[in-house]
Amino acid sequence: MGSYAIRRLLFAIPTLLVISFIVFGILDLAPGDPTGQLPLTIPPEVREQIREALGFNQPFIVRYGLWLQQFLINEPLNLLEKTCDGTWCADWFASSETRLRVTSWSTRSPVVDLIIERTPQTLWVVGMSYVVGILIAIPIGIVSAYKQYSIFDQVGTFISMIGFSVPTFFTGVLMIVIFSVQLGWFPSVYDTTLVVNDWPSFWLQVKQMIMPVMVLALFNASQLSRFMRASMLDNLSQDYVRTARAKGVAEKIVLLVHVLRNSLIPVITVIALSIPQIFGGAIITEQIFRVNGLGALLINGIQSADYPLVQTLTFLFAVLIVLFNLIADLLYGMLDPRIRYD
Amino acid sequence: MTDMGKTAGMNSGSAQPADAFADALHPHRSHWGDVWRQFRTHKGAMVGTFVFVGIILVVVFGSYFHTIDPQFLDIRNKNQGMSFAHPFGTDNLGRDMLAQVIAGGRVSLLVGVVAMALSLVLGAIVGVLAGFFKPLDGPLMRLTDLFLALPILPLLLVIILLFRDPLRKQFGPETGVFILIVFIIGITSWMQTARIVRGDVLALKEREFVLAARSIGTRSWKIVLRHIFPNVMSPIMVSATLGIASAIITESALSFLGLGFPSDYPTWGRLLFDGKDFIQLTPTRVLWPGLAISLTVLSVNYIGDGLRDALDPRIRGR
Amino acid sequence: MKHLKALLMATAATALVASSAFADGHAKRGGDGQLNIIYWQAPSTLNPYLSGGTKDVESASLIIEPLAKYNETGEMVPALVDEIPTVANGGVSEDLKSITWKFSEGLKWSDGSAFKASDAVFTWKYCTDPAGGCAQVSNFADVENMEAVDDRTLKISFSKAKPFPYGPFVGAQSPIIQEAQFKDCLGAKAPECTDQNFGPVGTGPFVVTEFKPNDVIQYKANDNYRVPDQPAFATVLFKGGGDAASSARSVLETGEFDYAWNLQVEPEILSKMAAAGKGKVVSAYGTSVERMMINQTNPDPALGDKRATLEGGKHPFLTDKNVVKALSLAIDRGILVEAGYGSAGQATCNVLPAPAIYASEANDECKTQNVELANKLLDDAGWVKGGDGVREKDGVRLSVLYQTSTNGVRQGTQALVKQMWQAIGVETELRNLDASVFFGGDPSSPDTFQKFYADIEMYTNNFDGTDPEKYMANWLCSDIPSSKNGWQGSNIQRFCDPAYDALVAEMSKTAALEKRAELAKKMNDMLVQSGSIVPLIHRGGVSAHANTLEGVKMNEWDSELWNAAEWKRKK
Repeated sequence: MGSYAIRRLLFAIPTLLVISFIVFGILDLAPGDPTGQLPLTIPPEVREQIREALGFNQPFIVRYGLWLQQFLINEPLNLLEKTCDGTWCADWFASSETRLRVTSWSTRSPVVDLIIERTPQTLWVVGMSYVVGILIAIPIGIVSAYKQYSIFDQVGTFISMIGFSVPTFFTGVLMIVIFSVQLGWFPSVYDTTLVVNDWPSFWLQVKQMIMPVMVLALFNASQLSRFMRASMLDNLSQDYVRTARAKGVAEKIVLLVHVLRNSLIPVITVIALSIPQIFGGAIITEQIFRVNGLGALLINGIQSADYPLVQTLTFLFAVLIVLFNLIADLLYGMLDPRIRYD
Repeated sequence: MTDMGKTAGMNSGSAQPADAFADALHPHRSHWGDVWRQFRTHKGAMVGTFVFVGIILVVVFGSYFHTIDPQFLDIRNKNQGMSFAHPFGTDNLGRDMLAQVIAGGRVSLLVGVVAMALSLVLGAIVGVLAGFFKPLDGPLMRLTDLFLALPILPLLLVIILLFRDPLRKQFGPETGVFILIVFIIGITSWMQTARIVRGDVLALKEREFVLAARSIGTRSWKIVLRHIFPNVMSPIMVSATLGIASAIITESALSFLGLGFPSDYPTWGRLLFDGKDFIQLTPTRVLWPGLAISLTVLSVNYIGDGLRDALDPRIRGR
Repeated sequence: MKHLKALLMATAATALVASSAFADGHAKRGGDGQLNIIYWQAPSTLNPYLSGGTKDVESASLIIEPLAKYNETGEMVPALVDEIPTVANGGVSEDLKSITWKFSEGLKWSDGSAFKASDAVFTWKYCTDPAGGCAQVSNFADVENMEAVDDRTLKISFSKAKPFPYGPFVGAQSPIIQEAQFKDCLGAKAPECTDQNFGPVGTGPFVVTEFKPNDVIQYKANDNYRVPDQPAFATVLFKGGGDAASSARSVLETGEFDYAWNLQVEPEILSKMAAAGKGKVVSAYGTSVERMMINQTNPDPALGDKRATLEGGKHPFLTDKNVVKALSLAIDRGILVEAGYGSAGQATCNVLPAPAIYASEANDECKTQNVELANKLLDDAGWVKGGDGVREKDGVRLSVLYQTSTNGVRQGTQALVKQMWQAIGVETELRNLDASVFFGGDPSSPDTFQKFYADIEMYTNNFDGTDPEKYMANWLCSDIPSSKNGWQGSNIQRFCDPAYDALVAEMSKTAALEKRAELAKKMNDMLVQSGSIVPLIHRGGVSAHANTLEGVKMNEWDSELWNAAEWKRKK
């Protein structure tokens, strides 16, 4: 399995390069212009100058090459330099003055800094929503399957189907109207400047996270619990379950060790696909609660045709997808030793 | 021993030894008859079927009974609550909500079902092929990675740029947009199904009944059709249920971005989206389209449940 | 107190010198805690020269200032000077080729250094550097030279007579930046100066403490602000992102914020929210007009490359003035206002609706809907209703493709207009396009408003400041977009009249205000009566502020936050 993993990792490099090229091509083809959001009072010749200054008019291949160099060579060098600053390896690097970084067109600042700035709130809110979602979904899925067609199962099905079929743009507004406007319990706007350093500020952080996390968690849990339930049902009627029971294994162990383990494959897939999504942010929910995380960054970048930003975010996203799909593949092998990879 | 499981039953290409005998005598009637008999015993599935058929009947024939034009603006009667003339109330331009929900249902249901079917077929095929045929696994899964990584919005803009006008010319504005939307939703949502199915197939193909089938010389495609597919039905069914809901909602997001149907063309997702800011003023505006989507998804879910049980030979015999 | 304040303003210079001794002034600055502002578009930089977006200009206007601002009535008011230079007071030369600004005494940057005329000269050089891509360079049009006569005197010379010499350094679009801070950021280096662009040193009431691009800005009061008892707020939180309806909610219903900007949502939603009693909706009018552009050229796809260009020929029916007049008369603008704009819109028949001296009254007939007259016009012109209720003549059907950008209010307007036109036998197909594509101007996209591959399109345009000369020059024959100029012209509807071009040339030479007003009105009437523009709504800005916030003077001529220094908390 080790050599399999290494082979896959090596193969990931050309894959990612191809993905980045295709994405760059799509962005280049897409209609959109970095001056598109400026007021109409700014005359066309000024817009042309702005485009020129951004390098928007250079040929496709030049821009792609530049991005590759900036992102894959200059940025890691910068990072190394920063970590080395003031230590023994400080002299290894030429000054960063001459090293161009990937620069966002709309903010005119380094894209990587923007991403680093946005990551904490996205991890907090979207990440937490997946944790909560998984914690809710797995027990519900197990119980629903074990007691198929019981009241619990019916209610769970009902709630999860509602949760999945009502879009977050609606549940978000509904929550704000109920909990912010009517009851006044939680703030409707997420404060990204809040510094958590004591219990009262931690409580504030919890309060402002509750609504966005719950909206997303409801959606995630709905989906996950359906797959969990279906997969458990498939396994509960297998022979090995009867064998285990016949041998006198305790019901709890049958359920939580034998059946659960074998039912996890689709669930692992869904979770592995979701973790990169965490970093992709949640575009709609982030917008409703103004979490302004990575999802908001991406959608802003797309709307203002900020292609260096979109390209970089998408590339990082692709890296995570490739990585987590590999992890999922390795986990399959651990859950079911019969799956072989050579 | 009615449910010996797949190992024993699948050898003969049918569910159980007893059935195999019956199948040999009346191969067609018996199999689907069994499925239907089992399906009928599933209460949820029957209720789901009735509701789903009911919804279809209402959206198809509803406009013959409720004859108000969904696009007619009656600005003096805007933001009305429920009344006899407007059973679901009116929106902020005075359009009748019931007429809009009926008209919107036609589009939404069609988009939901067709787009879901497209993504399901794509996802299931890619998943099974990648899981079962080793040499295809790498390329197909890298393709999946690519599709997962693509930024959807710019991709949509490109697709629309390239194909909107040719499709319009070929099929007229409405059918053209419909094909475009179904295609877009289909090709951007098959990846999860593909990965899930592949994961299951990877495990299934090492199981004894597949080995057994292989050892007696069954051809690969036959193993896939007879032994693999029936066993990945349940994740596919779940994906189908969830797929309808997400197709309906994705369509509303597309319309909102100006990439979908013309703005005077109601769909459920669009009605819900447009109504969300009016939730305090006229709550019925979001209640009905929201309820319509939820009911559809719920009923499809129960039909899916029943279908899965009915298709599962171990449960069917019970 | 009011008297005292007036006195203070008049002698701001002396007061500033003595500011350190001005005991109770210091006691008041920053006494009102935090001001929370919400903009549903988040600022991406605080350097308005690098990004011309309204959100960026307005968030920066709390920090950096121009020499003079426009007040809520559109008059120029001094900011960093004591009086506005005019020909009468000798500040503008007789030949209109130069203007001399005399700065107030004792002005300081927020870092404590002296504010000098050389900073203004530097700002001009910064923005006009060809490699910099400055978004506001048109404010410096025709500037030949700038010179710091002394530390407090700035002389601007123009290459030709400028009847309206207030382009540079008037209004939030052209503030002055500090030379010491930006001296290494000229030209191609401009985008690399992230620290400078995210935290400019200014003369305004606030200074930046933290800037998170596209998210949030935190400010604190500027200790060196020229008015000793201002600003009343110690800190400002400027949050961005989300949508208009929810930012209105955060001011009017939950009370989390004090001020929300640009609330373009359906009027009944706003009034329902305002009924919660936590805040007020305020609006003000500038020069924005929502208008329909009527394509004078033929957008038929069959024409291929010649589609929607002069070479492709005239539009088959929209060049018939009677048709366009009928279309205009068939629209009930009052209903459009009621459904989509509320207090933020008025029916208008002019493309140049304000300031008042420029507003023509010759076209007001269209303000009242007249379906009968519209039908009669079409009947008389020979357009006869066919079997499907759509008029036609010589095989040409009155069927139009009507496009606009995606936006709830605009789609409502489209639907209403479609029905109104149905009543006069005109068939309408609606199309809405993503705003970033529609306004994006990408020459390879068929969906931009410049390409105009439709019969009618609708959007809003306006002009900065109060002088319409540049705006009226949008409709020159030479500015028609075509493949030759990369679809970059501003004459979107492809209107061309040599007599109009002559009026534009005349206006650029005329100095007297009355005469300019007369010319502007004449041009407005020509445009509207040509049937190439159908003005619909004179749009105002609409914002909301909390009941506890005092001093808001809603302003469409300058930044909405133009007088934030005077805002205070109601006690």
